[in-house]
Amino acid sequence: MFVLAEMKDVIRITPDHFHQSLTDSITTLLNRKLANKVVLNVGVCIALFDITDIGHSYIFPGDGSSHTEVKFRYIVFRPVVEEILIGKIRSCSREGVHVTLGFFDDILIPVNALQHPSRFDETDQAWVWEYPKEDGEKHDLFMDSGESIRFRVTSEAFEESLPSGPPGVECSVQTTAPYRLIGGINEPGLGLLSWWETPDQGDDDNDEQEV
Amino acid sequence: MSTLLTLLNKVYLIYFSINVNAAFLCNFEVMQILQKLKDNTQKKHKREASLATVTYETVHYLQDTECKNQNAKSIQKFLEAMKVYKLTKVEKLMMVNTPPRTELEIQLIVQESEERLSEEQVQEIIALVNKYLPAAHDNT
Repeated sequence: MFVLAEMKDVIRITPDHFHQSLTDSITTLLNRKLANKVVLNVGVCIALFDITDIGHSYIFPGDGSSHTEVKFRYIVFRPVVEEILIGKIRSCSREGVHVTLGFFDDILIPVNALQHPSRFDETDQAWVWEYPKEDGEKHDLFMDSGESIRFRVTSEAFEESLPSGPPGVECSVQTTAPYRLIGGINEPGLGLLSWWETPDQGDDDNDEQEV
Repeated sequence: MSTLLTLLNKVYLIYFSINVNAAFLCNFEVMQILQKLKDNTQKKHKREASLATVTYETVHYLQDTECKNQNAKSIQKFLEAMKVYKLTKVEKLMMVNTPPRTELEIQLIVQESEERLSEEQVQEIIALVNKYLPAAHDNT
């Protein structure tokens, strides 16, 4: 789920960072610029891994800062399509089940990728897997928020978004998530972890679910 | 509220990326790097807000996964033992991140596992997983 991405950038170091070593200021500035941000077609940046190359530093007329070209590697969250991940259910809605990993929230398991047959329970605001029993009756398995869920990543989507305003200014342009994952749980073994624990005592598990 | 804030934080940057996928990292490696980073920044009393947020949240997530019981040596031994099964890199990575303990979990991780692995091999893999990457309660 985590990869190293090699990137290059020109870093502008303002004079107030000159007392630090070049490596230190580059590390600070790269983390300030990238940590917790989505880079288009790369993924969610977590933290700087290492700096592989520091080029020459240049000074331009009229600017006291130094400009340095750096090549670096960054730890990036970018699951492979088809990868199995474990997350927690954030909420359920008519669209499907929203899953969070704590540091990344934009994961949706759409209705057509839930276990079949499933229904949406309006009173509990939760999806329910109607597990068919041998005697023809149905066993309701609720998907409550906060439960751990195992799912397969089926697709990912990057969306280019508008730049946000300067810091401190309230602006509400950003409505779509820049990076979204679509998951699926319509395979045996996927879904709430408690559904598949201790398969020989499956029925006991299901009873706990209902309480 | 916090989800809205993180969503707003995650703005796009168009970047010169040389190699989007230079290497894979397993959860254990990421956990180690982030924890070292957390200790270092606390010493310096200089914490970048977004870096602090994302490291905190990621470590928080990783703490609940199996990687907290793992160590570099056993992961290495496990991967060495897995060489004979001709699995792909991603499949082995998933096995380290979410160690399979049942046949069902192996079927999920390995594509077309029925054709590529015999029943005995599946049992062998489960045995290897339990040997090198034991679950938390097995440790005590």
